[in-house]
Amino acid sequence: MFNIAKYDEAGSLDEALAFLSGHPAAKVIAGGTDVLIKMQNGKMGEAELFSIRGLAELTGIKRTADGAIFLGPLTTFAQIAGDPLLQKAIPVLIQAAVSMGGPQIRNIATIGGNICNGAVSADSAPTLLALNAELRLQSAGGERKVPLREFYLGPGKVDLRPGELLIGIIVRPQDYLGYHGHYIKFAMRKAMDIATLGVSVLCRVEAGGVLSGVRIALGVAAPTPVRCPEAEAFAEGKTGSDETLEEIGKLAVRSAKARTSWRASKEYREHLVAELVPRALKEAMRTAGGEEHV
Amino acid sequence: MSEVKSMPEAEEMPEAERMSEAERMSEVKRMSDKRMVPEKVLRQISLTVNGKALTLHVDIRESLLEVLRERLGYTGVKKGCGVGECGACTVLIDGTPIDSCIYLAVWADGKEIRTVEGLAVNGKLSPVQEAFVEEGAIQCGFCTPGLVLSTTAMVENGKEYSREEIKRELSGHFCRCTGYQNILKAAERAVHEAGHRCAHCKHEQEGEKG
Ligand SMILES: Cc1cc2nc3c(=O)[nH]c(=O)nc-3n(C[C@H](O)[C@H](O)[C@H](O)COP(=O)(O)OP(=O)(O)OC[C@H]3O[C@@H](n4cnc5c(N)ncnc54)[C@H](O)[C@@H]3O)c2cc1C
Ligand code: FES
Ligand code: FES
Repeated sequence: MFNIAKYDEAGSLDEALAFLSGHPAAKVIAGGTDVLIKMQNGKMGEAELFSIRGLAELTGIKRTADGAIFLGPLTTFAQIAGDPLLQKAIPVLIQAAVSMGGPQIRNIATIGGNICNGAVSADSAPTLLALNAELRLQSAGGERKVPLREFYLGPGKVDLRPGELLIGIIVRPQDYLGYHGHYIKFAMRKAMDIATLGVSVLCRVEAGGVLSGVRIALGVAAPTPVRCPEAEAFAEGKTGSDETLEEIGKLAVRSAKARTSWRASKEYREHLVAELVPRALKEAMRTAGGEEHV
Repeated sequence: MSEVKSMPEAEEMPEAERMSEAERMSEVKRMSDKRMVPEKVLRQISLTVNGKALTLHVDIRESLLEVLRERLGYTGVKKGCGVGECGACTVLIDGTPIDSCIYLAVWADGKEIRTVEGLAVNGKLSPVQEAFVEEGAIQCGFCTPGLVLSTTAMVENGKEYSREEIKRELSGHFCRCTGYQNILKAAERAVHEAGHRCAHCKHEQEGEKG
């Protein structure tokens, strides 16, 4: 039995927002794969749960008229993994999705929950950061847009105000069209494990192998998922030789603020950044050479 | 907004169902009987379990695992970790493998649930179960119901799976006994035999047409 004092649910987004404005103590639950685990571990007291699972308007993936990709927050990782539109437009997000949990978890865990939970190990975070994803947040009082980069405030802390729901994740066309990406989740097991480090890269490759628009994001390398601005700036306009890639890796370490945890030491994580950033870029460049893109 | 209903257990259930549920309940421990359950924590849900339609009251605090095991007597649903890590509690919800330990019972309203008890037909094991037996994929058996159900989901969705893909589909199950080799063999056998059966059916259909 979970320590649940009250359980409510909503039939529509408007209803949900109205409920939340009147019940600020209610704990939103989507797939529950973070919330219920916390309850099971005794990390939450008696909870008043408010389920948003029934909100059909918050599920699904579509391309909007302006070419942006819109992800409903209730979209599960299994849905992302099997989505034909994403497979063509942003395959790196599919890589991130299949790296998370195992099949039963992916069948129920939502991408919105992954972001709002604020874990530094969230497998969707590095890729969405590299995609300059923007979040749409709504409360009964109105709507605002926040870049994902500004949404993370600290470990497990996000810029979600009382009564607010994440209602959409947007990737603008200029942030994915023509880009190639690669996600590496470094963990101790191939499945059912939390990342020791996550690296996601996106880049364009111009004639002659010249890199442009390089974006590098790291998970579990700092208190929140982070981008690597120095490394990105250095990479701009360079050809992706082994030496350049090695240098990019070294510069990426400067953006990391790794800590020692039971999973890995600070030094080991920094070593992983220096190794895996070049590896991910090489992979992204390889797909740029091979595959046709939308 | 849905309203919490507070009707006594099984009041609206058809006679036959009440009987069988009562029988089962006598065999299993029924936690909520031991103390008064506040009326506000009960919800009425309707679901089917292994093809059988049921309407019952569940506690908002209960997991689907608890309802299936302790109330309905489906003890083929195993509790391992209780936190989504091991897959022992896997059931098929509308055909999709889900860890029932972290699935609230109230969410099962309107859903079709299948447990390992529902696979055999008239005492005859399903082809997936047969494959697990044939390949010696079972030692203590604790992980088996979950693995059989995840394999069943693969077989039933009719897609082709490579060995790597089968491994991935089974990666949410821990087995502490077998070392996985025979499980993988059993799953491959079941998935491929199903593929052959389908190909064969198609062949026959085409033959009939022509
Ligand atoms: C066995 C297991 C393995 C896991 N493996 C991984 C892994 O490999 N990688 C990984 O990244 N994660 C992993 N997780 C963590 C978890 O599955 C993910 O973070 C998942 O995406 C959370 O989504 P959910 O829908 O289940 O969230 P919930 O638990 O329902 O919610 C999570 C948080 O987000 C809030 N929330 C949810 N949706 C919204 C919304 N639309 N608006 C506002 N707030 C919202 C909730 O209030 C809560 O604080 C694992 C979990 C388990 C149990
Ligand atoms: S008991 Fe549910 S996953 Fe282990
Ligand atoms: S057979 Fe014992 S856990 Fe798998």
